[in-house]
Amino acid sequence: MKRVTLFAGHYGSGKTNIAVNYALYLREQGKDVVIADMDIVNPYFRTKDSTDVLEAAGIELISPHFANSNVDLPALPQEMYKTVQDRSKFSVLDIGGDDRGAYALGRYTPYILEENDYEMIFVANFYRPLTTTAKEALEVMREIEAAGRLPFTAIVNNSNIGNETTAEDVLATVNRAEELSKISGLPVIFTTAESKVADELKSKIDNVLPLKLQNKYFDIKG
Amino acid sequence: MAEKVLMKGNEAIAEAAIRAGCMHYFGYPITPQTEIAAYMAKRMPKIGGVFLQAESEIAAINMVYGVAGTGLRVMTSSSSPGVSLKGEGISYLAGSDLPALIVNVQRGGPGLGGIQPSQSDYFQATRGGGHGDYHLIVMAPASVQEMADMTAKCFDLSDKYRVPAMILADGTLGQMMEPVVLPEPTDYKPNKPWAVTGTECKRKHNIINSLYLKPEQLEQTNFERYERYKAIEENEPLWEEFMMEDAEVCVAAFGIAARVSKNAIMAARAEGIKVGMIRPITLWPFPKKPFKAAADKCKAFISVELSMGQMIEDVQLATECKRPVTLCNRTGGMIPSPEEVLEAIKKAAGGNK
Repeated sequence: MKRVTLFAGHYGSGKTNIAVNYALYLREQGKDVVIADMDIVNPYFRTKDSTDVLEAAGIELISPHFANSNVDLPALPQEMYKTVQDRSKFSVLDIGGDDRGAYALGRYTPYILEENDYEMIFVANFYRPLTTTAKEALEVMREIEAAGRLPFTAIVNNSNIGNETTAEDVLATVNRAEELSKISGLPVIFTTAESKVADELKSKIDNVLPLKLQNKYFDIKG
Repeated sequence: MAEKVLMKGNEAIAEAAIRAGCMHYFGYPITPQTEIAAYMAKRMPKIGGVFLQAESEIAAINMVYGVAGTGLRVMTSSSSPGVSLKGEGISYLAGSDLPALIVNVQRGGPGLGGIQPSQSDYFQATRGGGHGDYHLIVMAPASVQEMADMTAKCFDLSDKYRVPAMILADGTLGQMMEPVVLPEPTDYKPNKPWAVTGTECKRKHNIINSLYLKPEQLEQTNFERYERYKAIEENEPLWEEFMMEDAEVCVAAFGIAARVSKNAIMAARAEGIKVGMIRPITLWPFPKKPFKAAADKCKAFISVELSMGQMIEDVQLATECKRPVTLCNRTGGMIPSPEEVLEAIKKAAGGNK
């Protein structure tokens, strides 16, 4: 388990959900955890939305001062350096989507490389229309690496179509995840899915990571 | 059936527009609709279309005017303050009878306001927004699927009546992600004899213009345009009725407010309150018919809005003020909670269930 874990990928691929779940998982293992919302492109639906859950679990959250406010000012606070400079805690970094989101990572990269105890994870969702193939995903991967100046070390297959996702939908993407692994030379370390779907998947594929998803006020119940 | 994909509302609009044959996009970035421009910037160069980030919203809408004049499908998108800037150009489009799509992913106002979701451009959208006698066809999606479907529908209606169309969404719908089946791509071939496409010395040249030197002529043109508006009001209103069969209280809500209201209505039904909803899908033409009918059997109406009471006026007009209409609202980027709507329903039901 590396000290710094970064989640990056195409925007809307599910980075935030995985980052929050991974931070909670680390905490359950008794680790001291800090999570950073490094998203400078997305105006709504971000790590900061999970403040209550994270605080209750005793996880420190660092996010842009103006996140979820009315100010469109994508500035990162100075405390963000703590995630790469204070080596006493486990850090989970939620990077903004695409290369545009990953530019913000660049300034922390030298510290991450110097310490050299990190996992840079590419989050893939093959149900996103601009990354439906391994080749398209690899293109985004390379763009992010160029922007953030940090090479990926692993892949998570988070293919889903929101709350309608079935186990079959996930299984249908396993081949593409393997192909992405082949052409990038990186391992697929997890396949992620919402807890119920994950239970179904466990008997069929290895390394399934169940996720708890946030309920939103506009999800129609019943 | 086509495969489902996971998309943001903003992306769904952009992809649906391309599939409807819109190969020209002009815009200027503004939160919370920037993904439309970003998607177009990525896709258009790959398919031989045009993406152009203009120097301002005013420039963008006038570029739309230019392409619309050639008969091709064209669009722009923005959010509230940016749409105000486009106001002059939208009036010129209407005055020149040009079809085009304008997308407004609303944020809180007035002024610079904020970046959180809002519905407070209802008056601007349904009353015209710019100067002069005119209307836009205005559609209000309530899901990512509808963001895609209504984009195609807006292009069709806009071409059919030569009236600019608007999608009036809000920041939440623009930013939220949902499964969507994208409409099949259409092989769009313009059939617009009025367009400026070159005469080849075979016909008299066409003129696209909103200036009339004689007032009699301008009046006549406006009269003719209003005949088309009348046809739109007769033929095109769309709405959804939800649990209205035995409803004694009627909620009126569109877009994201309708989604919140649905949850509140189901909670109220669980407590035995007979409540339903009419969700306007076209905001102009406003669906007067179902409201007029509901006024005969419902005792009270509630307008649920992310604004200070705008659609409520159309509900009062459509129900001919026969029943009380109350307002349940938040503004400035805030969204009414299902609990707040439930409270308003209980109040309107007045205890006599």
